[in-house]
Amino acid sequence: MTTKLTPTQMAWRAAQDIADGAYVNLGIGFPEMVAKFQPPGREAIFHTENGILGFGEAPAPGSEDWDLINAGKKAVTLKPGTAFFHHADSFAMVRGGHLDVAILGAYEVAETGDLANWSTGPRGVPAVGGAMDLVHGAKMVAVITDHVTKDGKPKLVERCSLPLTGVACVTRVYSSLAVIDIVEGRFVLREKLAALSFDELQAMTGATLHCDGALADLDVPAL
Amino acid sequence: MDKTLPSLSAAVQDIHDGMTIMIGGFGGSGAPIELIHALIDRFLATGHPKDLTVVNNNAGNGHVGLAALIETGMVRKLICSFPRSADPVVFTERYLAGQIELELVPQGTLAERIRAGGAGIPAFYTPTSFGTDLAKGKPVEVFEGRSYVRERWLKADVALVKAHLGDRLGNLTYRMAARNFNPLMCMAAARTIVQVSQIVDPGVIDPEAVITPGIFVQGVVEVPQPQQEEDLNRAKAVYPEATA
Repeated sequence: MTTKLTPTQMAWRAAQDIADGAYVNLGIGFPEMVAKFQPPGREAIFHTENGILGFGEAPAPGSEDWDLINAGKKAVTLKPGTAFFHHADSFAMVRGGHLDVAILGAYEVAETGDLANWSTGPRGVPAVGGAMDLVHGAKMVAVITDHVTKDGKPKLVERCSLPLTGVACVTRVYSSLAVIDIVEGRFVLREKLAALSFDELQAMTGATLHCDGALADLDVPAL
Repeated sequence: MDKTLPSLSAAVQDIHDGMTIMIGGFGGSGAPIELIHALIDRFLATGHPKDLTVVNNNAGNGHVGLAALIETGMVRKLICSFPRSADPVVFTERYLAGQIELELVPQGTLAERIRAGGAGIPAFYTPTSFGTDLAKGKPVEVFEGRSYVRERWLKADVALVKAHLGDRLGNLTYRMAARNFNPLMCMAAARTIVQVSQIVDPGVIDPEAVITPGIFVQGVVEVPQPQQEEDLNRAKAVYPEATA
């Protein structure tokens, strides 16, 4: 049995790459945890689709203000410097190239950078939210995801089989086993868990992994 | 000029069968719960309005507000980006039973379509949804080497909006992130009806602080201490309340 990173550890690893002064949108779910792991001395400003820049952490239970929520409809707080704006301005920030980083979840990521994260097929109620907007415009679109599905199928693939969220939009994947860049239609391995051989990682990946320069250990604290 | 309205029932009088209604809010924040409930009251008393097309980001939560409007059977079609919530049972059951039509629109495209409707721009190009199922059948054009999808404006007969302060001229402020879609919807509807927490005299709202100028507003009704959808759902509220 292979050990793997927890969602919290994946979020920690993604947070290490967010530069001081970056404007960042974090998707609903696992990516929201990235905000907790800002390295000391760096200040990132977080954006939420429903019209807030620079919001703070969750309030204490019982002191929620339901006019102050994030895109996941969870209560947040004000900080000195918070700004409010309407939805068209919010998505001008998204599509207009003003965000530095968007971090989303994924069902599948293709070596082409295609992302599928909004629909598992024709059954049930479809819902897209802001995902299709977020994958266009942010200077870096990254994904946090388990490397394989619950039943062991690769989530990093040659071509997505599920309905696409966006075409050629993802540039970096923080998986439970590795950090992988997408460069010119190829998965380029940057970091992997030290306990895992390249061949073992390749066997759990649905497309060819390339090495290009230094390969580092994916080293994350226990958290 | 006096756009103030005497009551919630007066505010929802001129809404008719088959109309397209924009309803402000993102989840519960900025949702005009009292206006929606007044509309339900009118339907229960008169059988109208029905066959409504509703534009909102979501599809309601629990059994109050938009969810109650759907549950009452007044809504024929919903245009939204995210018809899921903590308790989306009302919409989910109607949708899976084929009793309500859904037009799913990416959230930023929904906002921009509404803005375009209010700004007199019939169509625009966006990178959002290119290459996906939601772009099927829509014209695509290449600008500076990148592909963009053409989207059309979205307009409404009526907008139901929640704001914080309003004056008799229709100038509005909003409370924190309850702003969301509300200012855009004010622009995009032929008739915009706003519930405000307080009606103030003209001049009380600092001109620098006006978010929606009164030209976009046709009616203002005061609802002090408006209900929040989240609080109602935590209390497991149902609208209308069951009668014995």
